[in-house]
Amino acid sequence: MSNLSVDHLGMIYELPNGGSVEALKDVSFDLESGRILTLLGPSGCGKTTLLNIIAGFLAPTSGSITLNGAPITGPGQDRGMVFQQGALFEWLNVADNVSFGPRMNGNEGPQTDAMVQDLLETVGLGDFGQKAVYELSGGMQQRVALARCLANDPELILMDEPLGALDALTREKMQSLILELWDRTQKTIVLVTHSVEEALFLGDRLFVMAPRPGRIEREYELPFAKLGLTEDPRELKNSPEFTEKREEILSLIWEMEEQIMGHEGA
Amino acid sequence: MSNMESNPNISGGFGGGPGGSAGRVIEKNPPKKSPNAQRKTVTFGDGSAVTGNRLISLATLVVLFVIWLLSEALGIADPTFFPGPIETIQGGWELATDGFQRVTLAEHVFASLRRILIGFGIGVVVGVPVGLAMGLNNTLRAIFDPLIELFRPVPPLAFIPLLILWFGIGETPAVVMLFFAAFFIMVIAARAGVTGVRLSKVHAAYSLGASKQQILRNVILPNALPEIFVGMRVAIGVCWGTLVAAELVGAQTGLGAMIWTARTFFRNELVVFGIIIIGVIGVILDLIMRKAEERFIPWRGRG
Repeated sequence: MSNLSVDHLGMIYELPNGGSVEALKDVSFDLESGRILTLLGPSGCGKTTLLNIIAGFLAPTSGSITLNGAPITGPGQDRGMVFQQGALFEWLNVADNVSFGPRMNGNEGPQTDAMVQDLLETVGLGDFGQKAVYELSGGMQQRVALARCLANDPELILMDEPLGALDALTREKMQSLILELWDRTQKTIVLVTHSVEEALFLGDRLFVMAPRPGRIEREYELPFAKLGLTEDPRELKNSPEFTEKREEILSLIWEMEEQIMGHEGA
Repeated sequence: MSNMESNPNISGGFGGGPGGSAGRVIEKNPPKKSPNAQRKTVTFGDGSAVTGNRLISLATLVVLFVIWLLSEALGIADPTFFPGPIETIQGGWELATDGFQRVTLAEHVFASLRRILIGFGIGVVVGVPVGLAMGLNNTLRAIFDPLIELFRPVPPLAFIPLLILWFGIGETPAVVMLFFAAFFIMVIAARAGVTGVRLSKVHAAYSLGASKQQILRNVILPNALPEIFVGMRVAIGVCWGTLVAAELVGAQTGLGAMIWTARTFFRNELVVFGIIIIGVIGVILDLIMRKAEERFIPWRGRG
């Protein structure tokens, strides 16, 4: 069953000085329900633009995009967002952040409270419901962001460099948490990242994107996300299969960067 | 001997990071340090290490008062031009108990506070929605921008002649002038609060199913509250300063009117007393605003 369908998507940004940038050109793909797709590429490749179009924050200049056959025309709670940082509501405590979605839909009461507590325990913050979000570490804040997003039970979860601001150790733990949540909830996930390792480890599908114009350069079907549920992540990331793919993608991105440099004569 | 003391570089690392909540708490309430506590080796140029000292601050006031006292006791200053503390306190006592020109200190203070609360209050109540609207809507922004930009730099006192012409002498011109003073400050504060909202918060709220109204109430307004509070603190200070000046020319009661009347009767000790009261009330108003800020928006600056 096809879930998210992207068809000949194009996005052109008009620049204030009169020029324009082709942030996306002719991007097409279908993403089946329950998959986890990672988007990787040098800056300017349009990966965040693509995510924002799926989220409904931007309208594409050409092409179409549908979720379960219905066109995406704006943001909606069938698509949850997890941002890099700073998207929590610091005037609300942890539990009230998580219950924000249900409350906006008029669902308040013991049932919601129980669901929120359950989610907090799922992300390892069972005792932190009454804490202020600014009292938590960066990693814990992202756990809150994940729980808040799950509280609305979205069809599709979009993550814009969710672990980008975390230190290396916290990042590894959070990667495993994302896989765990993916396995438990069977949600479809699209995740943008700058890290090749992260894209390989978390994506059971991976798009390497290229800039000028922004496009999908290469596609991978990967086994690591599923393996990561049972195997030790460090061993997996050190396995020959993983390192080989990592080097392949790294050199691909290096080539792109070189081209950009040559292009700009820098 | 502890290791900490013999190695200031390591212990210095524990001295609270730059900024952050820890730094702020220390700044307000410097804890007593035992001789073994961590010690910064660099304090000159480290803003968080310069916190002042309450004892020294208190001593400043005491020394100043003693000099004032001596100048009166030794007859250094001419009391006609600069009344001494004993004369001033006596005048203040008379003002507080019997009153001056049949108006007591409490009545003057009450008159001034009443004006400021009404003018400032209406300024906040009207200014905040206008500022929010300007931050949210292109058309409203376009409509209000020239008015705000044109009238904002005008000192509120400049309105007084017209306001007296329109409303006569009495409460209304002062209150309307205070309204103007607070209004422009609050509009700009609220507008800044709205435009300063992180887009990802708004996006997150939309993705969680919030409507525009819900986003205004649950995201934009709380997000703008810190800016609004800063605006209120500035506004109440400006209002207080403006009010006293306005009362000099256009009122029978209020602290400004009181010192002006006292001057015409050569009761300079009442002028001095009035100045001190005006200063003290200004400090108290600011303190109230600061406490309210701590109480109502503990998340300020921690987004």
